Amino acid sequence: MAEPLEPGRIVTGGAPGETARDAVLARIRAVAVPPPAAIPRDYLTSLSPDVDILERFAERVADYRALVHRATSGNLAATVAEALKGRGARSLVIPAGLPADWLIGLGPGIERQSDDPPLTYGQLDAIDAVITGCAVAIAETGTIVLDAGPGQGRRALSLLPDRHVCVVRAEQVVGEVAEALARLDPHRPLTWISGPSATSDIELDRVEGVHGPRNLDVVIVG
Amino acid sequence: MSGSPAGREPLPTFAGTPPFPEAARTALADEQLRRNLRHATTTIRTKRGRAVAERPDWEALRLAGAAIKDDVIARWPELLTQLEANVTAAGGIVHWARDGAEANAIVAGIVRAAGATEVVKVKSMTTQEIELNEALAREGIEAWETDLAELIVQLGRDLPSHILVPAIHRNRDEIRDIFRAEMGAAGRPAPADLSNEPRELAEAARLHLREKFLRAKVAISGANFAIAETGTVMVVESEGNGRMCLTLPETLVTVMGIEKLLPTWRDLEVFLQLLPRSSTAERMNPYTSMWTGVTPGDGPQAFHLVLLDNGRTDVLLDEVGRQALRCIKCSACLNVCPVYERVGGRAYGSPYPGPIGAILTPQLRGIARHPVDEQTASLPYASSLCGACFEVCPVRIDIPEVLIQLRTQVVRQHGWRARTFGEEPVAMRALSTAFANPGRLDLAERVAGGAGRVVGRRGRIGRLPLPGLLGAWFRRRDLPAPARTSFRRWWRSRSSRGES
Ligand code: SF4
Repeated sequence: MAEPLEPGRIVTGGAPGETARDAVLARIRAVAVPPPAAIPRDYLTSLSPDVDILERFAERVADYRALVHRATSGNLAATVAEALKGRGARSLVIPAGLPADWLIGLGPGIERQSDDPPLTYGQLDAIDAVITGCAVAIAETGTIVLDAGPGQGRRALSLLPDRHVCVVRAEQVVGEVAEALARLDPHRPLTWISGPSATSDIELDRVEGVHGPRNLDVVIVG
Repeated sequence: MSGSPAGREPLPTFAGTPPFPEAARTALADEQLRRNLRHATTTIRTKRGRAVAERPDWEALRLAGAAIKDDVIARWPELLTQLEANVTAAGGIVHWARDGAEANAIVAGIVRAAGATEVVKVKSMTTQEIELNEALAREGIEAWETDLAELIVQLGRDLPSHILVPAIHRNRDEIRDIFRAEMGAAGRPAPADLSNEPRELAEAARLHLREKFLRAKVAISGANFAIAETGTVMVVESEGNGRMCLTLPETLVTVMGIEKLLPTWRDLEVFLQLLPRSSTAERMNPYTSMWTGVTPGDGPQAFHLVLLDNGRTDVLLDEVGRQALRCIKCSACLNVCPVYERVGGRAYGSPYPGPIGAILTPQLRGIARHPVDEQTASLPYASSLCGACFEVCPVRIDIPEVLIQLRTQVVRQHGWRARTFGEEPVAMRALSTAFANPGRLDLAERVAGGAGRVVGRRGRIGRLPLPGLLGAWFRRRDLPAPARTSFRRWWRSRSSRGES
């Protein structure tokens, strides 16, 4: 790998020997800015107890034009197989640590590939679909969050294949963004996904699917 | 010849944009631009209204957002050095840049050291501000924009016109023509039978850019937020090109304005509500990526964070104006601005258009320390002070208040125009009251006209669609009016279409 540049070594103007870092910090310190009296946090951090959280999650995910499947632990494997078949997937990449029983419903028509040892990006790009779990899901915003943990794999796995099936267990679903943040570890790479990739750049016409997976299936278990 | 993408003429920049009134006149004459803008701003405005109405705690979120951002600049050195320490501890390398030239040199150095001659980029206004692409081109490095709209702008050798939808001035036929004519020279060509269907155009962009993502060694991004407490940096996006840039290349360089800080991880519970609902008017944008330094075996193995000042510390100098540092670049203020809706983004002469551009650009260019050029000095007048921008701003920036403050500075610094500008705040206030109640516009026009400036002859722009001082600018220069609707009629139809 290339040698990184030493931070703060390029100097244009300023006192001799003064780094950009010193200069910027000195400029800020020259002005005393009073802090706000307090930070009011009177916003909502959880959903009202009357809300059926799974119902809300399913509805909000569907609003993004992702496909939502409700399953029980009994028919999860069949639901996963159905979802993949419905999207016409012929090959599937499986992250390390994915529960093997999620896949027992798959027929011989789907070629399975493990990411251990890691596939190249070119290989991943040629695979139709990926199946993952998630770290947490948010009902209010219809969001799933991946943290590259077991059953999710590195970030490229859920990015290059065009179809993503994500299995969400009921106990992973929280009501609000605040609750999700409290459960997440910021030191892991996090990907928040709310529906399939989309653009409205052409005359504001919404098109689902530019670079990320164009098809998102969310299977809610429980 | 510089090595601009596709190796032809250099890309256009905002440098040399004429003062706002002249640039606005050109834009006003462009019917398609105005039609597209009206459609865009009306649609997004209405959607945003719904997304915001869904949160009973919206006002509480705004108050929290404003206070958190004020806390950032009150503790700026402490938080910046905390961020630096945490990014470094997580395996990232932090650079500081006083200005654009420094930042560009740092980035070019990193790209060269990585042995790359091209980079992929995810939309970043900060790198537009410092004209990074042009600087890289001078070093023989090609920078490819990967956002669909930015790709359209780049291939069309054009300038962006809106923060959120930068290619909104282009219609589908033009986009098809640009793709057909230009993609081949830049990489994978568009299919010969490409139609003007948005779905097909998006597919062409997907294939064209996928090739670039898979071979790129270096990516350059901006950042929406960075968390001092954890060293986490994040990018909020829709298309997935951000994820591609942040995941696939070996080296990632993030150029971040030093105001993009948040103190704590928890603060995201506020900003991940405020930003998507204000920006794309969604409950949540399709993708948000967060990373802390480098993760072995996952994503870029070299991460550089460039902390950019470039005038931000000058913004600090003005007690009133410094609230502009709260801005999270959501573009909500653009979509409600009657002036922006008429003239579009490019008339503002910087990557920051609309109301936020009118207050941020002059301050970034040092208006608090020294006189600024005429184009910059004209920006605080690109407003009717109607107040709609403040109402929608998720971090409660009182844009009209800052505009008035900046106008005062312009008057103080430039003896010139003092006659035109001097009494203006009074006239403008009268007009802004009238905006809230269009029935009173007659009176306001008389008041303003009595001050000898706003009302022009029939058929002259001073009378016609642009409110206030902007109108006076036109009249002063005695330009023919480009549009025939009366301002009031236009305002009424706009208000009834919009969210309120
Ligand atoms: S000024 Fe406020 S409304 Fe305008 S872009 Fe910035 S945060 Fe958004």
